[in-house]
Amino acid sequence: MSTVDLVIKGAQLPDGKTADICIQGESIIDVTASFKGESVTTIDAKGCVVLPGLVDLHTHLREPGREDAETVLSGSKAGAKGGFTALSAMANTSPVADTAGVVEQVYRLGQEAGLLDVFPIGAVTQGLKGETLSEIGAMADSVARVRVFSDDGNCVSDPLVMRRALEYIKKFGGVIAQHAQDPRMTIGSQMNEGEVSARLGLKGWPAVAEEAIIARDVLLADHVQSRLHICHLTTAGGVEIIRWAKARGINVTAEVTPHHLLLTDDLASSYDPIFKVNPPLRTESDVHALREALADGTIDIVATDHAPHPLEAKECEWQEAAFGMLGLETALSIVQMTMVNSGLMSWQQVAERMSHKPASIGGYEHQGQRIEKGSFANLVVINPTKMWRVDRDLVLSNSSNTPYHGHELPGVVEHTIFKGTQTLINGQISQGGGK
Amino acid sequence: MSVALSAPDIKRALTRISHEILEKNQGASSIVLLGIPTRGAHLAQRIASIISEIEGVEISCGTLDITLFRDDLRLRAPKAIMPTTIPPSGVENRDVILVDDVLFSGRTIRSALDALGEIGRPRTVQLAALVDRGHRELPIKADFVGKNLPTSKSQSVRVLLSEIDGRDEVSIEGEAN
Amino acid sequence: MRHLLSIADLSKIEAISILDTANELARVSDGAVKKLPTLRGRTIVNLFAEDSTRTRISFEAAAKRLSADVINFSAKGSSVSKGESLKDTAMTLQAMGADAVVIRHSASGAAQRLADSQWMSGSVVNAGDGTHEHPSQALLDAFTIRKHLGLGKSDLEGLSVAIVGDVLHSRVARSNVLLLAKLGAKVTLVAPPTLLPVGVESWPASVSYDFDSVIPFVDVVMMLRVQQERMTEMYFPNAREYSRYFGLNSDRMKSMKPGAIVMHPGPMNRGLEISAEVADSSRSVITEQVTNGVSVRMAILYVLLTGGSLEAGGN
Ligand SMILES: [Zn+2]
Repeated sequence: MSTVDLVIKGAQLPDGKTADICIQGESIIDVTASFKGESVTTIDAKGCVVLPGLVDLHTHLREPGREDAETVLSGSKAGAKGGFTALSAMANTSPVADTAGVVEQVYRLGQEAGLLDVFPIGAVTQGLKGETLSEIGAMADSVARVRVFSDDGNCVSDPLVMRRALEYIKKFGGVIAQHAQDPRMTIGSQMNEGEVSARLGLKGWPAVAEEAIIARDVLLADHVQSRLHICHLTTAGGVEIIRWAKARGINVTAEVTPHHLLLTDDLASSYDPIFKVNPPLRTESDVHALREALADGTIDIVATDHAPHPLEAKECEWQEAAFGMLGLETALSIVQMTMVNSGLMSWQQVAERMSHKPASIGGYEHQGQRIEKGSFANLVVINPTKMWRVDRDLVLSNSSNTPYHGHELPGVVEHTIFKGTQTLINGQISQGGGK
Repeated sequence: MSVALSAPDIKRALTRISHEILEKNQGASSIVLLGIPTRGAHLAQRIASIISEIEGVEISCGTLDITLFRDDLRLRAPKAIMPTTIPPSGVENRDVILVDDVLFSGRTIRSALDALGEIGRPRTVQLAALVDRGHRELPIKADFVGKNLPTSKSQSVRVLLSEIDGRDEVSIEGEAN
Repeated sequence: MRHLLSIADLSKIEAISILDTANELARVSDGAVKKLPTLRGRTIVNLFAEDSTRTRISFEAAAKRLSADVINFSAKGSSVSKGESLKDTAMTLQAMGADAVVIRHSASGAAQRLADSQWMSGSVVNAGDGTHEHPSQALLDAFTIRKHLGLGKSDLEGLSVAIVGDVLHSRVARSNVLLLAKLGAKVTLVAPPTLLPVGVESWPASVSYDFDSVIPFVDVVMMLRVQQERMTEMYFPNAREYSRYFGLNSDRMKSMKPGAIVMHPGPMNRGLEISAEVADSSRSVITEQVTNGVSVRMAILYVLLTGGSLEAGGN
């Protein structure tokens, strides 16, 4: 046997079996019980789990417009550090990604960074205003081949606009990713409406404002026979609606963020806006419903909703602060803690929810492939028995708004491999990584 | 711990102070006793009743809380504020006798003088203390003293009065050095 | 006790000792003494990022009677309302050597942000934060109730209090519910369902939508201000209908218990939540609330700026 480029030795595959993975160029050329040949590079992965490279369907990279908060490059580094080989750049940049020009720019920046695939998401409506459709077709036909469209940050609240968007994307098999938030019911809303908001005197954000839009949109998707994706589901009621819709055969998928799998609204009691996020943190019973739904597949995927903000946007009064928290570098640890260590999910299911399924929803053909001969070598090697301490001063993102500062989390991402190249080596971004 | 004054000692001391007050002020007609809470207030009451027994007249007696006038509030835990009650006669042009249990640094008395200054202008202000333990930090001296007790700074003087503590006794705690 | 941010942070004993201290301070200031040297050399900043002349004046009078130096960093036109961040303002106050900051702010939690941050080291007194709390108002209300109906007791055990009106947006209501319940009073919130927060079930108070059924049984009727803009936000149809069901007029006042009192934190909308006859009646203790405000705020500043916890009596 000739010398191969890279071998990952002794890692546990998602199905629990241990194997050596041989990589040549961009591809996996063999998965074997015991590799005996020569290799240029060998990763000793004993005790580690190897998963297909993680795919995030919901990332705010802030470029163009807010490069102080994040750039495509800094976000790519944060992604590689967190085990991702693909990100989906949300459209709420400045200018908004509502034309082929902007999505191509973001796509090109991703390629230049070279640490992972950056797939731009196109805006559903011009300027995210919810009034008229953006150039959806041109974005789909651009170099960026956009398939996912979202006004995220805003809800496509006009039912007629939503209907038209759902119909229009059928032309090329796209999907509308809805940020479900009834705007009238959430004017000035600050946090989940309930006991905690009543006590803190912060304007409530009722669960029904989210659920009413989800209910409407699954019915619309059914009516026009199109494909709908619900961003960041947060309520037990929303889970019930998705479960009902799936049982009816409606073509809907749903995501949950790592933070909604762990954090609850009582954290607002500190009035520290690090916990201010859209949609808001909900209650303990919502968290339990979300975990169960992710485990049983009602919720299809985990997506980070990574939302970087500069320090001054969080060092202020709660009601003045920006919504959002970092997610890329901690996502896998939070999922391991809440879903795997709790026994709710296997690593195989993690691979499904964080790689295979998001890639298939987004139509990312080279991503989310099985770990087998012939697949693209997009992989992540994690040590699930190691603990690490989150330090906001050490994150690779340009921003530091992580809600987990000081927390001990399980699971360390040791290596990330993007199309055969190591982008993360022993927890360090490879400067030579990327092409 | 050693007992410095027994109950009979205290009684004798207060009787002597009462006589001295009468002597110095040539009778009881102009005097107003103001006790500094908590124990000074009870001592003032006792002196007032001894004097009124001797003289056969009612003696003006009140309390003067000095908590809000202390100069060390920044350093100590806040104390509950005790009542200040000025007898109807007032203090204007009277001979005010401040009464406290222990005279030590003199800071309490300085605060009392400040508090008194806010209330009116007595003709004279005099000071009676059951115990003078020394270690003055200010130029203040008592006019009437029950007993001079030489102590070291590390020691503490404990005054028990039957009205609060169930019995009368003055003791010194801690080692002299 | 270092800050006063929320009634929830106070124990019953601490609350009562503030009221007792206020009582003694009221007696002192009622007498000849107008000014106490207690806080001489200390600097207190009134940081009012929201207009409230009456609360500011009350805190200012309290601080001055205790001989503190007072700096007013007040309302409209100040840097706080011009978008200077709370952090920058706090750092300015720190540089000025503020021993305490009395903060009024339109954002819920602003006082706690100031206290929890490393931006300044002084004590923080919450003088009203958004729709969260207004602890000094609740303390002066409890002080006023105790004075009128306390029968010499230190707490309010056995008393019934109705809090009527816009509970949803009221920081006065939030602080009062917590404090009155802590002191043993039975609290009933009376409001249209639109003006009660979702989650009110968890408060130590019962709820009624029917003012008339509550009014004959309470010792205190505490009216809350209703802001005009609530009408345009559809919390109720119009002022007339609101007054009819939730306003306190002379007719309703007739069904009150003998000796029961009427309170209002001010400023009042005469004719909307309270009629002029009621506001000026012998049951009304509204002007006395203002007077008591100064003593209670003196007590708060005394307790906070002399450090440590209140120890009982003795020398
Ligand atoms: Zn969103």
